[in-house]
Amino acid sequence: MFAGIDKRKLYTPFNIASGIILIIGAVLTVLRFTGGLSMVTNLDDNNPWGLWIGFDLLCGVALAAGGYVTSSAVYIFGMKKYHSAVRPAILTGFLGYSFVVFALMYDLGRPYRLPYPFVVQAGPTSFLFEVGLCVALYLTVLFIEFSPAAWEFMGWKKIRKIAHSLTIPLTIFGVVLSTLHQSSLGGLYLIAPSKLHPLWYSAYLPLFFFVSSIVAGLSMVMFEGSLAHKYYHDKMDRTHLNEASEVVLGFGKAAALVLSGYFVMKVIGIAVDNNWHYLATGWGAWFLVELIGFVALPALAFAIGVREKNRKLIQRTAAWAVLGIVVNRLNVSLIAFNWQLPAADRYFPSWMEIMTSLFIVTLGVTVYRLIVTFLPILHEHPEYKDSH
Amino acid sequence: MLRRKFLGLLGTAGAGLAVGTPAHAAGNKHFEGYPEGNGVLFDATRCIGCRKCEAACQKVNELPVPEKPFDDLTVLETRRRTDDATFTVVNKYGKPDHPVFRKAQCNHCLEPACASACFVKAFEKSPTGAVVYDPTVCVGCRYCMIACPFEVPTYEYDDPITPRVRKCTMCQPRLLEGKLPGCVESCPKEALTFGRRADLIKIARKRIESRPDRYLDHIYGENEMGGTSWMYLSGVPFKTLGMKEHLGVTPAPQFTSGALAAVPAVVGLWPVLLTGVYAMNKRKVKIAEQEKREAVSAAVKKAEQEAADKLAAAMDKAEKDKTSSIEREVAKALKEAAEAQDKENS
Repeated sequence: MFAGIDKRKLYTPFNIASGIILIIGAVLTVLRFTGGLSMVTNLDDNNPWGLWIGFDLLCGVALAAGGYVTSSAVYIFGMKKYHSAVRPAILTGFLGYSFVVFALMYDLGRPYRLPYPFVVQAGPTSFLFEVGLCVALYLTVLFIEFSPAAWEFMGWKKIRKIAHSLTIPLTIFGVVLSTLHQSSLGGLYLIAPSKLHPLWYSAYLPLFFFVSSIVAGLSMVMFEGSLAHKYYHDKMDRTHLNEASEVVLGFGKAAALVLSGYFVMKVIGIAVDNNWHYLATGWGAWFLVELIGFVALPALAFAIGVREKNRKLIQRTAAWAVLGIVVNRLNVSLIAFNWQLPAADRYFPSWMEIMTSLFIVTLGVTVYRLIVTFLPILHEHPEYKDSH
Repeated sequence: MLRRKFLGLLGTAGAGLAVGTPAHAAGNKHFEGYPEGNGVLFDATRCIGCRKCEAACQKVNELPVPEKPFDDLTVLETRRRTDDATFTVVNKYGKPDHPVFRKAQCNHCLEPACASACFVKAFEKSPTGAVVYDPTVCVGCRYCMIACPFEVPTYEYDDPITPRVRKCTMCQPRLLEGKLPGCVESCPKEALTFGRRADLIKIARKRIESRPDRYLDHIYGENEMGGTSWMYLSGVPFKTLGMKEHLGVTPAPQFTSGALAAVPAVVGLWPVLLTGVYAMNKRKVKIAEQEKREAVSAAVKKAEQEAADKLAAAMDKAEKDKTSSIEREVAKALKEAAEAQDKENS
């Protein structure tokens, strides 16, 4: 089945770059697990969480939200016309979460004890416990939701039928779990009001993280869709191509609405804690860059794009909003966290940490490319055309 | 009798509910601390920065020997923090001619943030007053270090296989043997006082009352973060000693308990709501389909009726045409016959 690959197509600049990153990543992996965290990271006793939590975990989980957002839109809210977007979204979600857990292995001091909270001793007073439990369960849900594509590829009809029959309960369970762990990632920081800057610290942190994850999910589906269109046009069937522009308009509209709501919530957050005076400080300026530049303006751009049916604008705004989510997560976890520490004690990731994160993203993209090349993701399997 | 028995059972059940389960770590109940819980009172006006406590700590905890010996006081010139090889450090603050010293170590909170944050319950507030850590369950997520408002827990970042969180244990093993913590025992100036926390607060009050010129009227740790077992007296503002003054009096677990309480609500409400939405949409689709079917059949019926009417009308017309043409023919024939007769007659 891999025989059809053309050698000239294999040695593209993109593939060569990916290969180099993967090799460097493999070396860093060896270093990490032989020399300890201090060998590759800039983490210290004041800054126990770095890029691998701020980017790999927080951004990874938020940007993998497309799975629950799309499947609930289609199966629960009855927006059947977006059906062709479900499979790519579920696949991105499944891969996203898998690689989040994979990345976590690098950050945990004793990764081999990852199941301990569930099998040895539970600490349910911890938001991290909720995150762990929900992510573990949701990864299972995503696997079953994704599996029909694999069963179709293998030609195992019976098991595909079973997995497919679970769609509705799994979708509902997936929304419950996503609500819980997306919000819990924000909840992690509730315990440290003395360390996170007041403009970012709020009792509403869980709510902020949950609502912005919806935006992240919608934007990722649109952003990834535009990339897939460019590079995997030949893998898409007519249904997918016809529905794609509908998906962009529909999701753009939803993103405009949710992002506006999120903007209002953030403003209420400042008002409730009466943090207005911080806006006049340097931190306030940076906060406004996030709030105006990465929340209000993208919301407006989405709305304009929808009104004028400007798909290109919506897709570009989606990439912009994705960047905004990354900015927000990095602000909460790294930039505005420990803001009172003297500059010399502040954290900045080492090149090896950045490289490891890049390695994991590249690994994820590579696996995604392999899967959409061989499995029925962007097109329907001919034998199962009308079975949903 | 049956009724009475039933009521009795009901009463028992009610009492059971009223007694309920004890408050747990994330509950909203304020934990006053174990009544016999111990603590240490640090008096910054007495500390001379001799580092004897650091030396004792290293010895009793069998920690690695530092590069510079403990009697080398030049280390006080740079700000230090605890690390995986050092459970306590003394730092110098204030003006060069009037230095003030502060010893830093775990403050052994009454309701520790680390214990609340740990997802394997590796931290425990012991009845002795010490907050102790169990490395046999620790996964190494380091969330305790994020949670701790005093930046106390440290980590063995160099260890690739079995890294541990490291921090002061209030010399728990020694406490259980009836001995004093190493640092307290070694202090030559009685800057450290060990005892029941409740007694320490009384002692601290007495010192403040007897020497108001010497002390600020505040016991740091009496209420900070809901109270700590290690408390501080000082003659200079605590900020000068590098201590956070705006921590508030809320115990750390309470920052998360409210949000955690929303979990059952989400678990309970979401499935019901979403199933409802799903059912509504399914019904909508079903009704739409039904209406479509009805509309189609109505349209078909109407078309059929119209066709039938048309046919009937056409038939009717044809019939009429036929009759009229017959009549016409008959009239014509009659006329012709009449004309023929007229010709014959003429």
